[in-house]
Order: sequence, then C-alpha cells, then structure tokens
Amino acid sequence: MSVQAWTYLFVGLTFGLYLTIAWLSRVRDTRGFYVAGQGVPSGANGMATAADWMSAASYISMAGLISTMGYAGGVYLMGWTGGFVLLALLIAPYLRKFGSYTVPDFVGDRYESNVARLVAVFCAIFVSFTYVAGQMRGVGIVFSRFLEVDINVGVVIGMVIVFVYATLGGMKGITWTQVAQYWVLITAFLIPAIAISIRLTGSVLPQAGLGGELAASGGAEPVYLLERLNQIHADLGFAEYTAAFVAPWDKLNVFLVALALMVGTAGLPHVIVRFYTVKSVRAARWSAFWALFFIAMLYLTAPATAAFARYFMIDSLNGRTAEQLPEWFGNWEQTGLILWLDDGDGRVRYAAGEDNEVFRNGTLAAAELASMRAAHQQWLDTDGAAGADGRVRLREAGLSGPDRDIIVLATPEMAELANWIIALVAAGGLAAALSTASGLLLVISSSVAHDLYYRILNPAATESQRLRVGRTVIGAAVVVAGLFGIFPPGFVSQVVAFAFGLAAASFFPAIVLGIFSKRVGTVPAVSGMLTGISFTAFYIIATVFFGMERWAGIDPQGIGSIGMGLNFVVTLGLTRFFPPPAEETRRLVDRIRAPERAGAAVRIETAPSH
Amino acid sequence: MSSEPKTDAGPGTSLAGYWRRNLGIMVTLLFLWASAGLGAGVLLADRLNAYTLPGTGYPLGFWFAHQGAIIAFVLLILVYCILMNRLDSRHRGGAD
Repeated sequence: MSVQAWTYLFVGLTFGLYLTIAWLSRVRDTRGFYVAGQGVPSGANGMATAADWMSAASYISMAGLISTMGYAGGVYLMGWTGGFVLLALLIAPYLRKFGSYTVPDFVGDRYESNVARLVAVFCAIFVSFTYVAGQMRGVGIVFSRFLEVDINVGVVIGMVIVFVYATLGGMKGITWTQVAQYWVLITAFLIPAIAISIRLTGSVLPQAGLGGELAASGGAEPVYLLERLNQIHADLGFAEYTAAFVAPWDKLNVFLVALALMVGTAGLPHVIVRFYTVKSVRAARWSAFWALFFIAMLYLTAPATAAFARYFMIDSLNGRTAEQLPEWFGNWEQTGLILWLDDGDGRVRYAAGEDNEVFRNGTLAAAELASMRAAHQQWLDTDGAAGADGRVRLREAGLSGPDRDIIVLATPEMAELANWIIALVAAGGLAAALSTASGLLLVISSSVAHDLYYRILNPAATESQRLRVGRTVIGAAVVVAGLFGIFPPGFVSQVVAFAFGLAAASFFPAIVLGIFSKRVGTVPAVSGMLTGISFTAFYIIATVFFGMERWAGIDPQGIGSIGMGLNFVVTLGLTRFFPPPAEETRRLVDRIRAPERAGAAVRIETAPSH
Repeated sequence: MSSEPKTDAGPGTSLAGYWRRNLGIMVTLLFLWASAGLGAGVLLADRLNAYTLPGTGYPLGFWFAHQGAIIAFVLLILVYCILMNRLDSRHRGGAD
C-alpha cells in the first residue's frame, strides 16, 4: 500500500474513533460541560492533560528546534516539563480543593474583585486564541503534506471534527477523546524513533541510543554518536552539538527562557483547568504525576529523534550529486522545506559558512523563488559574469539550512522506514493538533460563558441558558480559530512567546500568592498583575514588532521571568499599605489549605456565589 | 498517627502542623527542582560538560538539559504525591 492509502486509513480510523467517543460521552449539564462532572480517574486525566499539553508544535516542531539548536534546545525540554512540578506543588491540589470551573473564578473570588476577574478572563482568552490559531494551521499543514488536499480544506475538516465533539461532550467528551489521541500521538512518535535508534545504534531505547555508540560499519573503531556528531559539526563549521552557551544562547538567555517557560506552563489556563476535572485532591496530585509521566515519554524521546535526524540529514546529503540524492529530498523539495543551490561543483554541501548550499523556502513567493533560481542558474552557467548568486540572497534572508519542521515529518523517510510508519506520523500530528485545539476552545468557551456571562453579566441565568451559551461560544470560537488557520496572521509564531510570558507574568504570581498568603488583598494583586502584563507586553511588542534594541540581549521569550519578578515585587511591596482580605476570604484560604476531608470539602453546588 | 490532636483550636495543633509539614516538603522538593533543572541543566552545564555520564557518550551538562532534568521532575512529583497523600491520611481521620 502507498503512503497515501495508509494515511487515509489511519486518519479515517482515528477520526471515527474520536467521534464515537464524543457520542458516548455527551453531556447535559454545565458541570459535565466544564469539568467533566469531576469524575475523571487520575490516570486518564493525566493522559488527557498530556495530549492537551502536547500541541502540533511539540509534536512537529520541537524535535526540529532541538536538532538545530543542540544543547540550547534543552530550554524547551526543561521549560515545558519543569512547569508541571510547579503546577503539582504550588497550584493543582489547592485549586482542586477550591473547586470551581475556571482560573478567573479563583482569581475573582480570592481577590474579591470583578476587575481581577476581568483581567484574568482577558488573559485566558488571549493566551488560548494565540495557541489555537497555530493548532488549526497545523491540522491544515498535515493534511496538505500527507494527503495532498488544499491546506484550507484540511483546516475546515479539522474544524468540523473539533466542533462536533467539543459541543456535544464539553470537557467530558474532550477528556475521553484526548485519552485516545494521546495513544495515537505517542505511538506515532515512538515507533519511528525506536526504528531509527535500532538502525543507527543497535539500541532499542532511543535514550540509550543517543548516549550510545554508532553501529559499527566495516570494522571501524566504535565511536559515540554524540562524539561523531560533534566532530561532523566542527568539520562543517557549526558549533559542537552538545556545547553549552553558543551565541545567541548565552547563560542568561538559557536561564531566563527556561524559567519563563516553566512558570508560564504552570500559569496556562488550559492546563490548570485539567485539575478541576478529577474526583479529589489526592487524585489531582496523582494526575499531575501521570500527566508529566506521559509527557516525559515524548519529551525524553524528542532529543534522541533530534540528534538522529541531524546525523541522517548531514550524512545523507553532504557530498552527494544530484543523482545520488535520497528520495526523501525530492519529496520534501516540492514543499519548499528544503532547497539546494549548487556552487557549481555538482555536490551538495550543508555547512555553517558561506559555502552552504542547503536552504529553505520560508515565506518566499513561488514566483520570486523561480526567478531567483533562474538567476542562480545563469550565474552558474556564466561563471559569475551574469545572473546572481541565489545563495547570498537566501543567506541574507536568514533562510540557511532546511526548515525545522522537516525533522519529525521526514525522518521516517530518511531512515527508509515502512510506508505505514510514515502514515502513522501524519495521524499522530493530527491527534496532537486536535487535542490541544479542543482543550483551548473549552477554556475560551468557559471564560466567556461562565466567567463573563454568568458571573458578571447575568448571574440569574438558568442551567440550560448557561449550557446553551457555552455551546454557542465554542461554536463561534471554532469558526474564529479556523479563520486564523485559513488566513494565518504573520505574527502567530512570534506571539506564542507572548502566551507564556503573559501567563508567567499574570496568573502565576496571582494564584500562588492567593494560596500561600492570607494577607495579600485586592489592590496589590491587581496592580501586580497589571504591572507584570504591561511590562511583558511592552518588551515583546517593542522588540519583535518595532525593532527596539534588546536589553542586555534578553530574548523576548525569556522576558516573562522578569515580568513575573516585577509582579511579585509590586504585589508584596504594596500589600502592607492596603487592608487584608475580608474574613470570609481568609476562611476560604484556610479551607483550601486544609488536608482533604478535614473540613467539609468545597462542593461546587454549595460554594459561595454559585 | 492517631495520637495527634485533631482540633484546629489554635497554633501548634494538627492543622498548623499539617501546613508546616506541607511547606517543608514543598520547599525541599522545589529546591531539588531548581538544582536539577536550572542548576545542573543551565548554570553549571558548561562545567559539567567536561565529564560524561558514566558508560555513555553523554556530556553531563547536556545530559541534564536533555534527559536528567526531565527524569528528576517526574520523580519529584511522584515523591510529592506519596508524601502528601500520606500526610493527608494522617490528618483526616477524626474529622469525618
């Protein structure tokens, strides 16, 4: 069977599975809709959290990022896992004991303020839309590359699927679908990694393969994979793969970005809300453990895939002539993810310096690329007398080297794995994108329908009114997200840094201080949040969009760490000048700190103002 | 521990003790979290890279950033679950 036939089979089967689950777990009340009736076992919740968390970017782009960044790729690995420790120790058990539907609920109730609630709602919606736009685009890209349908058709198919199971089953449908999606995506990620590891190093465990020796070829002295990779890098003028702190990733930036991603992860509303869906505080703790355990399955494998792909990429390209180039190169050249502009010797050279001949298309228009290729050919034919060296133009445009997305998508082909494995990767990419999109859409829906409509605009709304508003908002959000996917705003990839920075600088300090301090009141907390948000937003907007000089070279992705620090300083600094929270709120804090069942657990139905 | 007092009438009683122990567990584990991730994986990574993980080709700093820190994070949450759930069981008996 061809790759395409296998892909249709896998995608058809998995989509059928998701829709069946959605039908079986449809809900009728808001508690089921927002928090799955709080009846999800912790193992399943951990798996759903993992699928929710691992987006199209984790699945498709992360290994590619690591592959090109080497050591510094660790900021994503540590940043996106380390946050779960903060979540488990500082946030999840307490918010579960608080027992509400959303993060703005906690912020609004704890700080006795609808302003605080509104700030939280705004952040939750902004962060979620930023994220979801990328997911829908990811669905379209997977469809177009593997099934050769138009990207926009792919986005629409993705929208319809998410729309059906999110409106039908709410959080309950989404959770059980995500459990299935986790299995699809992890299988699709692990099988190629294991197959490549066996091929390259003879080791079944990719993690052992990464630290192991290359499979001996022709009686040569055995050499460690990483050592060989460092040596190849040095020969081609790249910094060593494992070397720490290669510019622009100096120690300060690695530290700040890793910290911002960790804290941002712990403050992301679509992750926090997962801990509302379990039965008890005990289950909330276990579910944080299972979530990170299942996430680690992919995150411990990604660095291995990254290094293997790096090795294959260089090894199968460098020194080859056009006839010798592997088949995958031709396939992916059509997508513009990889290009070869020869210097006249007829052999490929992928290197760090000016003699590099491997590039990517980036956002160049097809016509522009064609004219550049023609000029380059002329330049070659006339020995530089006429035409123009296309390599110089692409290098100056920052398009040296292949697109990083190629790493996960093309690695199975590089390693010449079976067709069904290549097709499995497509189904995995779709599972990763859809599971994250649906979780985010639910956060958007709950922020608007619960926090904004029910808690602020119309507290007298009946159960069925609220459920209807919730479903309508999800429907509308799917359409908006789909439009973002069809007409991607050019800034989507840049504003993802925004999502983490904003979450780190706003939610994290507000929630942690809300739990661990009984003294912090409304004004200091709101001032702190606003300071953190404005500072972080200012730096990112100014450096990314208006070309402001970076302060001390700090990467915009890491500025959330400093925004968070400012938030803490402002909140704690102002606290002494403002009154403590009301007695009722202090009792609320006591209650969420108490051991489980020592006092009456807070029940949603009986909690104040519900 | 059934011998502990179960009321929360004032300082030094069960609830205050529970919260103190909770904070102790939390601070210890957060210290280990910072040491494994930001410490060994970032601040000391260049120095640790001079060594390799015994029996493998991993430079140590690189290993912490790409593998070790993540393994440590999973284990830290596991330890937290076990310790806190045990602490909870000790402190809830009399109240329900």
